Amino acid sequence: MNPKRCAACRYLRRRCPKDCVFSPYFPPNNPDKFACVHRIYGAGNVSKMLQQLPVQTRAEAVESLCFEATCRVEDPVYGCVGIISLLQNQIQKTQNLLPRTQAEISVAQIKPSQNQHSAFM
Amino acid sequence: MRGHEPRSSSSCAACKLLKRRCTPTCIFAPHFRSSDQITFAKVHKVFGASNVSKLLSEVPEEQRQETVNSLAYEADVRLKDPVYGCIGAIASLQKKMLELQHDIAVARNRLLAHNASGVNNNNNHVLSTLDDSPQLAAFLDLVPYSDLMLLDGSGLDAYLYDIGPPPFV
Repeated sequence: MNPKRCAACRYLRRRCPKDCVFSPYFPPNNPDKFACVHRIYGAGNVSKMLQQLPVQTRAEAVESLCFEATCRVEDPVYGCVGIISLLQNQIQKTQNLLPRTQAEISVAQIKPSQNQHSAFM
Repeated sequence: MRGHEPRSSSSCAACKLLKRRCTPTCIFAPHFRSSDQITFAKVHKVFGASNVSKLLSEVPEEQRQETVNSLAYEADVRLKDPVYGCIGAIASLQKKMLELQHDIAVARNRLLAHNASGVNNNNNHVLSTLDDSPQLAAFLDLVPYSDLMLLDGSGLDAYLYDIGPPPFV
């Protein structure tokens, strides 16, 4: 067995060719990374996705796939989409808050000497 | 002589695409109606039918529709942005959130400058809504991507509009 097989080829129990699409991104010292991506996307799909990308973007693509796969393993129902939902909700709440705060500023500017009883919520 | 067994005319979108008979116990049928083949096609392209089947079999039945919805959303975003997928969306939303937090902080400081000290409690309350999600706070601290993939502000709104809200906001 070639000890220098990448993590993907070791997992798939096959020879690791010199032009292996996985080897630059799945080093043998991190087998869990490929295992996670393979579990969610499948080696074939990952290979196809990488081959359709310019070489200089593949490292970023692998990292994003790994992150999404990890999120999906931890939360099988929502995956990383749960994080997007959470962020969008928070942004909406914060966007609703800003005009009110700015209105308070306007009121304070008009009546700077009076006590202000502000109610933000 | 055995003839080819005809496919059911009510095959789900998955079985139609996979060209197989749709059985009454098909795990895809409740969630991929034959009228919407595009959704399954996208999910299959990104995740693969067998992986989707495994994922669905690992969640309780009452949560499978939500799972399919999130998989469809994730697949759609990945096909639109093959390099960053949903991580690009997360990074963009983080950036927007930081900008809003900055705006709130600026507004708060202006209020402090105009008001007496009696409104300090209210200003703390302003910020408290930003901190009411410990999960979000923990995530924002841990995700390494925010520094790498911040979209330019001019394209941010268009990007967010394009990906749309998740199906369960």
